[in-house]
Amino acid sequence: MPRNKKIKTVLIIGSGPIVIGQACEFDYAGSQAARSLREEGIEVVLINSNPATIMTDSTVADHIYLKPLDKKSIIEILEKHTIQAVLPTVGGQTALNLMIDCKKAGIWEKYNVEIIGVDIDAVETTEDREKFRLLMQKLDANVCKGRTATSFLEGKKIAQEIGFPLVLRPSYTLAGTGGGFVHSLEQFNEMLTRALQASPIHEVLVEQSIVGWKEFELELLRDNLGNVIIICSIENFDPMGIHTGDSVTVAPAMTLSDKVYQKMRDLGIKCMNGIGMFAGGCNIQFALNPEDDQIIVIEINPRVSRSSALASKATGYPIAKIAAKLAIGYNLDELKNQITKTTSAYFEPSIDYVIVKIPRWNFDKFKGADTSLGLQMKSVGEVMGIGRTFQEALQKACQSLENRRNGLGADGKELTEQASILKSLEFPSADRFFHIKDAFMMGISPKTIQKLTKIDKWFLSQIQDLAETDKEMQQYSIENIPHELLLNAKQKGYADRQIAHLLRCLESKVFQKRQELNIHRIYKMVDTCAAEFEAKTPYYYSTFHGVSAGETRAEQTQNLKNESIQSDKKKVLILGAGPNRIGQGIEFDYCCVHGVLAAKECGYETIMINCNPETVSTDFDIADKLYFEPVFWEHIYEIIKLEKPEGVIVQLGGQTALKLAEKLNRYGIKIIGTTYEALDLAEDRERFSSLLRDLNIPYPEFGAVRNAEDAVELSKKMDFPLLVRPSYVLGGQKMKIVIDEEELEQHVVEVLADFPDNNILIDRFLDKAIEAEADAICDGENVYIIGIMEHIEPAGIHSGDSNAVLPAFSLSPLLMEQIAVHTKKIALALQTVGLINIQFAIKDNIVYIIEANPRASRTVPFICKAYQKPYINIATKIMLGEKKLKDFDLDKSATSYFVPVGRGYAIKVPVFSFNKFPNVNKELGPEMKSTGEAIYFIESLQDDLFLKIYGERNLYLSR
Amino acid sequence: MNKAFLILADGMTLEGQSVGKKGTTTGELCFNTGLTGYQEIYSDPSYFGQIIVNTNTHIGNYGVFEPENESNKAQINGMVCTAFSTNYSRWKADDSLQNYLEKNEIVAIANIDTRALVKHLRQKGAMNAIISSEILEVEVLKKRLLDIPSMLGMELSSKISTKNPYFYGNENATYKVAVLDLGIKTNILRNFEKRNIFAKVFPAKTAFEEMENFQPDGYFISNGPGDPSSMPYAIATVKKILNTNKALFGICLGHQLLALANDISTYKMPNGHRGLNHPVKNIITNTCEITSQNHGFGISEFDVAKSNGVEITHLNLNDNSIEGIRIKGKRAFSVQYHPESSPGPNDSEYLFDEFLGLLANKNKVVFG
Repeated sequence: MPRNKKIKTVLIIGSGPIVIGQACEFDYAGSQAARSLREEGIEVVLINSNPATIMTDSTVADHIYLKPLDKKSIIEILEKHTIQAVLPTVGGQTALNLMIDCKKAGIWEKYNVEIIGVDIDAVETTEDREKFRLLMQKLDANVCKGRTATSFLEGKKIAQEIGFPLVLRPSYTLAGTGGGFVHSLEQFNEMLTRALQASPIHEVLVEQSIVGWKEFELELLRDNLGNVIIICSIENFDPMGIHTGDSVTVAPAMTLSDKVYQKMRDLGIKCMNGIGMFAGGCNIQFALNPEDDQIIVIEINPRVSRSSALASKATGYPIAKIAAKLAIGYNLDELKNQITKTTSAYFEPSIDYVIVKIPRWNFDKFKGADTSLGLQMKSVGEVMGIGRTFQEALQKACQSLENRRNGLGADGKELTEQASILKSLEFPSADRFFHIKDAFMMGISPKTIQKLTKIDKWFLSQIQDLAETDKEMQQYSIENIPHELLLNAKQKGYADRQIAHLLRCLESKVFQKRQELNIHRIYKMVDTCAAEFEAKTPYYYSTFHGVSAGETRAEQTQNLKNESIQSDKKKVLILGAGPNRIGQGIEFDYCCVHGVLAAKECGYETIMINCNPETVSTDFDIADKLYFEPVFWEHIYEIIKLEKPEGVIVQLGGQTALKLAEKLNRYGIKIIGTTYEALDLAEDRERFSSLLRDLNIPYPEFGAVRNAEDAVELSKKMDFPLLVRPSYVLGGQKMKIVIDEEELEQHVVEVLADFPDNNILIDRFLDKAIEAEADAICDGENVYIIGIMEHIEPAGIHSGDSNAVLPAFSLSPLLMEQIAVHTKKIALALQTVGLINIQFAIKDNIVYIIEANPRASRTVPFICKAYQKPYINIATKIMLGEKKLKDFDLDKSATSYFVPVGRGYAIKVPVFSFNKFPNVNKELGPEMKSTGEAIYFIESLQDDLFLKIYGERNLYLSR
Repeated sequence: MNKAFLILADGMTLEGQSVGKKGTTTGELCFNTGLTGYQEIYSDPSYFGQIIVNTNTHIGNYGVFEPENESNKAQINGMVCTAFSTNYSRWKADDSLQNYLEKNEIVAIANIDTRALVKHLRQKGAMNAIISSEILEVEVLKKRLLDIPSMLGMELSSKISTKNPYFYGNENATYKVAVLDLGIKTNILRNFEKRNIFAKVFPAKTAFEEMENFQPDGYFISNGPGDPSSMPYAIATVKKILNTNKALFGICLGHQLLALANDISTYKMPNGHRGLNHPVKNIITNTCEITSQNHGFGISEFDVAKSNGVEITHLNLNDNSIEGIRIKGKRAFSVQYHPESSPGPNDSEYLFDEFLGLLANKNKVVFG
């Protein structure tokens, strides 16, 4: 059936602020869906409270509502627009829940709105454990067996029905107290008694244990005719017991035979058909008993999910885009494969490479958190590595993590103590996979490792092979390493840095040796079809497989090995922000995407490098060329050498991109916009302070030290409290306010443990000061302030965690004037070309400078949204030297920064994910802890929410 | 690590690592894009005489399991892959793929940039190739390569077909089917057995009369290797079967023979279809199926368009090639792909039910 012509306007519900478990993958999905619908001439109305999203751009949807995701907002929208259908499947669980709420309140019925992409029964069935279990039984699909017992005899009876191993879960006990695994009848009696006693209501869930089973996911799409395709199979490296969001995952499935895979595929189709015959996408999780191939259905998500974003990036098949088309009536056979443009969208992608996804954790931000991995997701982001083999993909994923590792081990950061390795293997926490390699390096037997981790032995054999390669290389030096071994190591994904570590030489020596031997990366295309058909989409990854030593780049291209062909257009490279983490999230992806689009408008060929599969910047439709590669020096440098761009934009990708500026500069690569010298000057507190002094701008007293002794010495000259932090970090990492010498020394030592050889900055902390920040664009001659935000909480809370108001709400014209004057002076003094963000503390009517960041800040997307102005686009054109500020139609009145947002103010409300970490101290301080933000427009300062936040502004403050 | 060479008829020379049996082998080089099912592919008799390039990166990960063979041995002439695993993991596996290849005397090569190779074949078409891990002189190998005949015009079925008739299934089953074995995959017979069909499998060159002596309720013409137009004996058999008006089902080569028996010509495709993800639309029911495919020849769209007797039932959604036909006024139908899958999706198993339907309604259902 072609598209349903009755549908003229569609409402898309977004997923709201970023929280753990629901990140920017839904911005990717939502913006894809919106574009996909608009291609069909459908008017798109979109609601999302998260301002740092591409989906809420006026270029993506026709009408955008930056409103709280609640019934009230939905009614308001439906009153204003005639909407025929709502698409709730691209905004995560948040959107589905809101859809259900509205359904229960009769809102859709009242306004005659059809739910598309899913049906309500499917959502309810998959949400309700009991309904789900009954349906699966009806479909003859296995689910985890289990029932609650309230007596010993009952428990025993259930155990006999299910068989061992079992897990006992006493009801209403904290963190599973009194429960556990039971492997035999002998253990059972005693443990059941204990479990019953532990439960205050004497109730125990006796459940089949599937911990240690293999875990798989399938991504399915179905159209109105019932045609179903499987886009991707994903295998979890970490078996059942660890949330899939916290598991290392691999695609395609590596250890499934055809017979078992087809059984799983059939079961997946049956389950999807079983939950309802809607047209859309669905994700199904399976557990597979590695001893008898029994398959259990774990859960079904009838919507686009984090895994479907991963599957889209892994295969090139744009799931959300196609799902949106199916939702409005198209059938799969009527659509084209978006990558080949010639073959059918009704097909199952075949891939000739491997992807590995690794979660990115941020436990350091949640002091006191339970860091063990289990049923609840705790990671804040993820990276994907693409390689020709599992090993290459795994190492590339490790290089993408930005956790100061250089790959899987071989970097001097290994665990070497047997007891801690064994403990890590058995009780998984963040980054366990590193310790598996360490275990092999130590000589712990594969059998023991398998027993402790339950990870499939094929995966383990791959890591064991890496350990052996490490050892083999250690026997050589850079002078005598056999060329074949060097090439072999590169094919196994080793970074030059790892090889240098193993050969005890400098990274540059390894690079040099590779140049001499002509061992260069080649670039392959992600094309959905394993090269069976010609693809038109410039989506690349690098590999060393296929490289023969001695072959030049031209020969590699000639021999069809290298597929990335260079044009002679003028090019610019944009560095992405890597994995989401606290302090660096979706905002920077927003900036990167707009940077790409602006550069395109100026006639540049745009080249994007990023490794975060959740992002819009890694959508193959955004940049002219996408390299899905680690934002890691070696990878970037090789792309630069290949593409020869005019320069690199580092201002938009957060700290990830910015910290590469030094090396780019050293290698003579042009940095677009503000120069490296200026970036460095702003970071170098000493030089920056003398600049401020020269400009006659006040700043808090400060000093820089490199050890604890000097810190204490320095503190004698300053007054406590003091603010202590390492230089060159984002999100206030390891930033702390200390009140005495003891605390000072302790914290300095802690910082040095994490950032050895780093400068430590010590500022006098301005107690009870008001905090404000200004973002501005400078073209080197003129400065335009795009917004001044005032924090509701006093100084001391990280700007990312503060509620902030645009424009400032309590600062006098005199203070605003000071802020504006300082901002302009600093921007010009730093010879900024592009964006700059300056943070201020205001005390006793004096405006002090806390810091200046000549780059896009977290608040820029917020300001763009609040004022509905394309500031990143403008800044990028200025960076590129294509335009000056005077070329734009901006409000150039002297007090433009006073301009209200519409009729009032916009509040940036931080959102936390503390519910994932029950034992964590919720106090706020200089280190950022929020995972996301929402925008909230108010008409006046009498608004209830504002008054509430204002009233509580001192409540959560810690040091 | 032992060195091996892969040389193509057009001179392209690739160096890799020897896996499987040490030796030399030749055959038509073609690629398969399946992500699973290497053992089923290697033991599929339709691949007889061919060297298979696996586009899936890792091969051998889950070892081999004897009951999952599609015939009594590996049928390919050689194998090419990117990463070959000697380590494997599967509880029921009975051996490693390396041992399996050695036992079956299959010469193979790994560490090849299969993607570059596939792009080359995509542009130039399937062609002959030689793999050797014993002769490491490129010029010598190139000379050997000249001796390999082209697949065009090659008759191979009689070489791999069963030598003597045999039975498959329960002899008390409701229906009897005479199977012409041109290189049949075992899973087809398993599908018959599952549907209460007793099969007698005949050698490729069996005369129609001998098959008719079995008094079957219907006929099945199997898949198999080679050029269908070089098999006049089989075309003659199919013509005679059509005259009986008994149910007839053909798969792959069987489909091409049904076409030839109805004056539809066949042609050699540049690259054929080999994989587990080929989109096919059933234009009778208007629904789609993901199919398992393995063929290098196709039937002429032009001839079908002109034909009065042959009706298209299935089309390939990628290139619009004909994937299924039925004969008007007869009880005969066929598909170009593999509804028995193995490897591949089970979406098309319904075709066996349709065949069963024809068997059950003797002389009633007539297409057209």
